[in-house]
Amino acid sequence: MKEKLQAIREKALARIAESDSLDKLNEIRVAYLGKKGELTEVLKGMKEVSPEDRPKIGAMVNDAREAIEQKIEEIKNKLASAAREAKLKKEVIDVSLPAKKNLVGHSHPNTVALEEVEKIFIGMGYEVVEGPDVEYDYYNFEALNIPANHPAKDEQDTFYVTDKIVLRTQTSSTQVREMEKGRLPIRMIAPGRVFRSDEVDATHSPSFHQVEGLVIDKNITFADLKGTLDVFAKQLFGSKTKVKFRPHHFPFTEPSAEMDVSCFKCGGKGCRFCKNSGWIEILGCGMVHPHVLEMSGIDPEEYTGFAFGMGLERIALLKYEIDDMRLLYENDIRFLGQF
Amino acid sequence: MNTALSWIKAYVPELECTAQEYTDKMTLTGTKVEGFEKLDADLDKIVVGQIKKIERHPDADKLVICQVDIGTETVQIVTGAPNVYEGMKTPVCLDGGRVAGGHDGSRTPGGIKIKKGKLRGVESCGMMCSIEELGSSKDCYPDAPEDGIYDMGADAVVGADAIEALGLRDVVFEYEITSNRVDCYSVLGIAREAAATFKKPFVPPLVKAVGNDEDVNTMIEIEVRDEELCPRYCARMVKNIKLAPSPEWMQRRLAASGIRPINNIVDITNYVMEEYGQPMHAYDYDKLAGHRIVVRRADEGEIFQTLDGQERKLDSSVLMICDGEKAVGIAGIMGGENSKITDDVKTMLFEAACFDGTNIRLSAKKVGLRTDASGKFEKGLDPYNAEAAINRACQLIEELGAGEVVGGLADVFPKKPERRKLPFEPDKYNKLLGTDISREDMLAYFEQIELKYDKADNMIEIPSFRQDLLRSCDMAEEVARFYGYDRIPVTLPKGESTFGKLSFKLTVEEIARNVAQFCGFSQSMNYSFESPKVFEKLLIPQDSPLRQTVTILNPLGQDFSIMRTQTLNGMLSSLATNFNRKNKNVRLYELGNIYLPKSLPLTELPDERSRFTLGMYGDGDFFSLKGVVEEFLEKAGLFERIVYDPTDKKPYLHPGRQADIVYDGEKIGFLGEIHPEVADNYGIGERVYYADIDMASVVSRANFDKKYKEIARFPASTRDISLVADKNLMIGTMEAAIIKRGGKLLESCNLFDIYEGEQVGADKKSVAFSLVFRANDRTLSDTEINEVMDKILAELAGLGAMLRQ
Repeated sequence: MKEKLQAIREKALARIAESDSLDKLNEIRVAYLGKKGELTEVLKGMKEVSPEDRPKIGAMVNDAREAIEQKIEEIKNKLASAAREAKLKKEVIDVSLPAKKNLVGHSHPNTVALEEVEKIFIGMGYEVVEGPDVEYDYYNFEALNIPANHPAKDEQDTFYVTDKIVLRTQTSSTQVREMEKGRLPIRMIAPGRVFRSDEVDATHSPSFHQVEGLVIDKNITFADLKGTLDVFAKQLFGSKTKVKFRPHHFPFTEPSAEMDVSCFKCGGKGCRFCKNSGWIEILGCGMVHPHVLEMSGIDPEEYTGFAFGMGLERIALLKYEIDDMRLLYENDIRFLGQF
Repeated sequence: MNTALSWIKAYVPELECTAQEYTDKMTLTGTKVEGFEKLDADLDKIVVGQIKKIERHPDADKLVICQVDIGTETVQIVTGAPNVYEGMKTPVCLDGGRVAGGHDGSRTPGGIKIKKGKLRGVESCGMMCSIEELGSSKDCYPDAPEDGIYDMGADAVVGADAIEALGLRDVVFEYEITSNRVDCYSVLGIAREAAATFKKPFVPPLVKAVGNDEDVNTMIEIEVRDEELCPRYCARMVKNIKLAPSPEWMQRRLAASGIRPINNIVDITNYVMEEYGQPMHAYDYDKLAGHRIVVRRADEGEIFQTLDGQERKLDSSVLMICDGEKAVGIAGIMGGENSKITDDVKTMLFEAACFDGTNIRLSAKKVGLRTDASGKFEKGLDPYNAEAAINRACQLIEELGAGEVVGGLADVFPKKPERRKLPFEPDKYNKLLGTDISREDMLAYFEQIELKYDKADNMIEIPSFRQDLLRSCDMAEEVARFYGYDRIPVTLPKGESTFGKLSFKLTVEEIARNVAQFCGFSQSMNYSFESPKVFEKLLIPQDSPLRQTVTILNPLGQDFSIMRTQTLNGMLSSLATNFNRKNKNVRLYELGNIYLPKSLPLTELPDERSRFTLGMYGDGDFFSLKGVVEEFLEKAGLFERIVYDPTDKKPYLHPGRQADIVYDGEKIGFLGEIHPEVADNYGIGERVYYADIDMASVVSRANFDKKYKEIARFPASTRDISLVADKNLMIGTMEAAIIKRGGKLLESCNLFDIYEGEQVGADKKSVAFSLVFRANDRTLSDTEINEVMDKILAELAGLGAMLRQ
């Protein structure tokens, strides 16, 4: 009996070890452990075994069953992992094949630049507002200290719609509209489209964009203007950027200045980009003229403020090194796709 | 304005600085230097030489061999110049030196190196130079020969620096003068600023009273009929005029300013105009009828011949200078042919007047003639300057021996403007600037620019040439300029904090941009103005309200003459550009305004409406675009059902592929396929899809409040239905019916099949929807669902959509 069991066990283990498929393993399981399997048959013949040997034989049968089951499990795992290996091998892909991209559109470079500017000023507590493109002469000129027949009106090459209505030549018109609302203090920027009678070429366009800024509060100083625009320039052009304020003249600010930033291409050493000066002119600014405050109903003895204005295209052209302004209005997707 | 540094230095003798220092410092005090040219930049080792001996060149007919004394030695130079003579003094560029260019006037950047060498076998140790080779021209040096080397004249010192002797050791600065600083459109004005900037004494020319014993007032009678337009008229007379070239120093300075020297009288006039900023005019006294000057407005339609020979038509807004009989000049703009100075002039009348700046500017525009003089007058000149300038001119006439100045000044100056005084308010200046500048420093800055402080009444007296100083802030700027903008501290505004944000409209526009870009559309920008011809291209009928436009009175041309009433033309033009450049699958959007007049002619501002425009060709169709529209409306918080109404036929869209987008019963936009004829008109050879949404309609409904809705816990029941309906019955109508009757229990209704063909019969279609029912508090029973289904089917039957058997 013992010998028989031993023989069954060894044969079974040998067959299992040779198996190369799950089907075969299953067959073996049935052949030995199934209802009519060899081991089961042995148990069935127990009655012929003497009662004192029965426990021993019983234990041996269980032992053999356990060994066979264990072996089946072991080989099964081996087969499964081999199969997985084979599958993974078959599934190798060329990762350098082209990506499948969703077509995603792009912002216009003007917008990219504007969003940068807006972010900086929103962070400093400025509200972004708008004014009309077609504007009364009053808001575009008169209320900005540019009365009828002022030479500055000629300098700006204004498009007229009627003798009282113009295409605004500057976003400064929005300053007046904000001041007239009578809500103080004011901290605002106003981006928008402006128009001047310039023929189209690489550096001119009859329609372009400006961003106007205005702060009105008690005790606002020229030093505050310098500080604010210094922060702005460092945020927009990099922390190493230096600024320079030069006296200038605008009818609606006094004192007035133009601001240059150190050339962000050469760091101020002088290059072709900054025409060897090391500086690039960025914006005009100044303390709001008391007469402008008065005309909008603000008492200049109590309130002061500063204003600034910059050309958005100019910033976009400089920042993204675009050498021809006409590209901005052609809308070629090969151009737009770069922003 | 261009001026030689030597001229500035004549009035600021202690000024010592490099050209770059001058540029930087002047710019920082407000006199912006745009650039400068060093006249001697390309000149090196050039001395005055004298030709001692001339011999023929043995091998060349056109060359001669000169022995030239250069002070230290005599060198041999071979030249082809035709005008050499023994004893001639001329600039000589020595071996190793440099000249600026060729004698044809061409310039070589960096100059041309001159080396010892052989010319046709004969040694030549340098070059004798023409004025062109020195980088200048006959315009600046009228005595230079047409062809040949420059003759420096007998007085030149042999061996001396010829560059210096020719006045070329100089720098010409170009200034950008701001319109408020009328006084700086003059050499004296700039010199005053330079003196203040460098803290050196300002020494203006000393003008002495000149003239003989006669009195001009006995010889000329002046009548000003319009004091508003001519607040001051000064005149003086010069007899026994001796026309001759002006001295070299005057010629040099004029040339550097870009003015060609002509003769002593013209040059003095121009010189003083540059120096004082006061234009003057000279009349031939013998041609002035009645020896009278009358300043009056022109007659309506009066014709006048200016001294350039052109006839000008005038009207009564133009101020004229007349004699006893006729007009002799357009005031401040140009004199007349009939009184101009000719070579045989004996006696002349000098005019220095002050005219109303605005009137001159408008007249110059009207007459179509902008001159150096009108350019100065239109800025509004200081009437006190006229007298100083005319006296300076007469002094120069006497000094240069150009004529005999008659004594006295004829002067009509009825309303002398009072000298302005402003209070000295140092605290106010400091408060505005954010500085702590001492009052002593402020007064020192003021003194440099001739603002006199009167301690007794604490007032600052404003000189008449500073018409721009009107109130405290103007004075603060004067302090700031000379204290230095760069020294003003850097601070941030204090006070009440404010909340930074985008306006609500801009927030919604940002969402539009994001959705468009996620869906593959790139942002385009088009002009706001366009051509009225676009209406034809877009097939827009004559009576369409879109043709009611805001029209520009002075456009750049017809192509930019009307403000757009639609964004379609811009979009199609941009798509066409891409199509022509063979770009595939192009998707563009624009957020821009259209301009709709409220009434015509325009009496108030037009209605400016921001439009969200989408255009595409290539991959995708009507429904891809419709998807983008719906994505946007949902992201903007417009969750109600959108109705697409195809009934309003827009001529520029495909008649069978277009719809108005209706929300809340209001048309908020439209979309469709572009009419093939319109696409042809733009040269786009593909189907183009276009959507146009009125942003104001979206902004007014946009809502960003979010509320969580519980995720369904009870199971859904799905019922699929297949219907047969008339072919023309719109799916949207059927959906609306299902939703209407589906009530609260209907969760969704999804179309999944449309079939047309023989099996359903001609003019019919079969449509299949999948309806999902669910309640959030229970599992729905069949009975409940059947009840709803019955209502839905009844409603559909009413539309002629029957359950398919």
